[in-house]
Amino acid sequence: MTESDATGMDAASATLAAVAREDRARLLAGLIRRAGGDFERAEDALSDAFTAALTRWPEHGIPREPAAWLATVAARRLAEGARRDVRARDAADEVARDEEGDDDVVRDARIDFGGDDDGLRLVFTCCHPALAPETRVALTLNAVSGLDAAAIARAFVVDERAMAQRLTRAKRKIRDAGIPFRVPSFEELGERLPDVLKTIELVFNEGHTAARGERLDAPDLADEGVRLARALSGLLPDEPEALGLLALLLFTDARRRARLDEEGELVRLPDQDRSLWDAGKIREASGLLEAAAASGLAGPFVLRAALSGEHSTALDASATRWPRIVALYDALLAIEPSQVVALNRAVAVGEASGAEAMLEALDGLEEALGSVHYLHVARGDALARLGRPAEARAALERALGLARNEAERQHVAGRLAALGDGTTGGGG
Amino acid sequence: MQYLLMIYTAESVDDSLSAPEMGRLMENYDRFHGELEGAGALAGGARLRPVDTATSVRRRDGEFTLTDGPFAETKEQLGGYYLIEAASLDEAIEWAKKIPSVDLGTIEVRPIWPMEDDQLVTTDGSERADA
Repeated sequence: MTESDATGMDAASATLAAVAREDRARLLAGLIRRAGGDFERAEDALSDAFTAALTRWPEHGIPREPAAWLATVAARRLAEGARRDVRARDAADEVARDEEGDDDVVRDARIDFGGDDDGLRLVFTCCHPALAPETRVALTLNAVSGLDAAAIARAFVVDERAMAQRLTRAKRKIRDAGIPFRVPSFEELGERLPDVLKTIELVFNEGHTAARGERLDAPDLADEGVRLARALSGLLPDEPEALGLLALLLFTDARRRARLDEEGELVRLPDQDRSLWDAGKIREASGLLEAAAASGLAGPFVLRAALSGEHSTALDASATRWPRIVALYDALLAIEPSQVVALNRAVAVGEASGAEAMLEALDGLEEALGSVHYLHVARGDALARLGRPAEARAALERALGLARNEAERQHVAGRLAALGDGTTGGGG
Repeated sequence: MQYLLMIYTAESVDDSLSAPEMGRLMENYDRFHGELEGAGALAGGARLRPVDTATSVRRRDGEFTLTDGPFAETKEQLGGYYLIEAASLDEAIEWAKKIPSVDLGTIEVRPIWPMEDDQLVTTDGSERADA
């Protein structure tokens, strides 16, 4: 290989990597539509086009519109395959008619490689209610984020083969059961959008909480979640809940560096070093929240973003507007009753109205949330503040047994130690 | 009288059949189909896609839930069926939601395996010309 060949190869690889990063989902979405909803055939066609680019670009130069070139070549591959396929014969003929011509035409071809509607089709299909929630998460990461089965398996600490099977099965169900590749109608949107929002939030949470321990080689799912939420808000710029989701994830993500201390211990919100919060992300989230709130319709993600924003924009913990936070929790509970939200509300009540009111709000949650460690942390908190250390210790010990990871255990252990210090005069 | 003859098999067993074994099975089905037809006894029938493609629909307390997968409750029994034409799974699910028993039991929505799709093979493993 000559030096200039090597340079051409490097340039081609770099361009391809950039297209793969930025345009892959859009290209794939357009191809899935052309393939009549067949994810696997669309993926094969796209990967053929990438391979073709790697052999052709170094020699003939990188086309002016690399993404359009890939879309055209992939569509042609799809058509060639489809001609042999009874089910997609009509679609194939149509594509073939569109794309007759030689390679010189292809090089500068500008075709519609899938506008926003294809992106939305892809997202809504990956999050279809006939797929299991964990399948929606995996498929969204695969088809929209472009992560392969091995990377997703590492992120979720599951067997790679099982993940590959899950993805294959999902794609075949979409094809064989006739899950349509379409955007829900306006009437259906209210029912279908929450599934998409929750799927993206699950992706983010998986990365943010990393509840299953260390995994350095795994993809950063928090970043992936933000990227997905950003894409969704770009596709649905007038949908307050899509803006609310992105705002919520940005507010949460902004605290990433302050969330764990040097020993990897969980740092509670009031104790976090606010100078470590990412001011840029908070600013962006605040702007999104404002735009979402302008519609006057506050759905669950807008309300949760507003709650998170109250913390993010308080200058310090003591400046937190707790009565406003309790009011936001009340609004959230009115549209989406949830014991976990009621638990968070109880903690806010403790800040707004004192430990007595907090303990009262916590009573009645025990039955549903008895196995949630945070309930017992909150009870321990309230009891300690009311000067009932023995009961506080019992509650925290219960929390310790229910903690799900090392960071949570460390955190509870720290509070137990602090309780010991407080009651035995520094003996713990 | 009409009767529904329900065919229960383990998909894992079906999948483990060799091409010639599958070919023989298909020939036997062809023969049986012809016999039913010849006797004027055939009212309808179809092969279903595997349970992997199933979606179960139920409604409790006014809330619809969809489950990815087949109906798996053993204390409920198959009590009836509708064969419908629908453009997509979404349309089929909309019909399933209207079946009155959706409040009491479960409606499993399973696609029919279209015959032209079927990989019918003969005992020697070659593709069947009339498939």
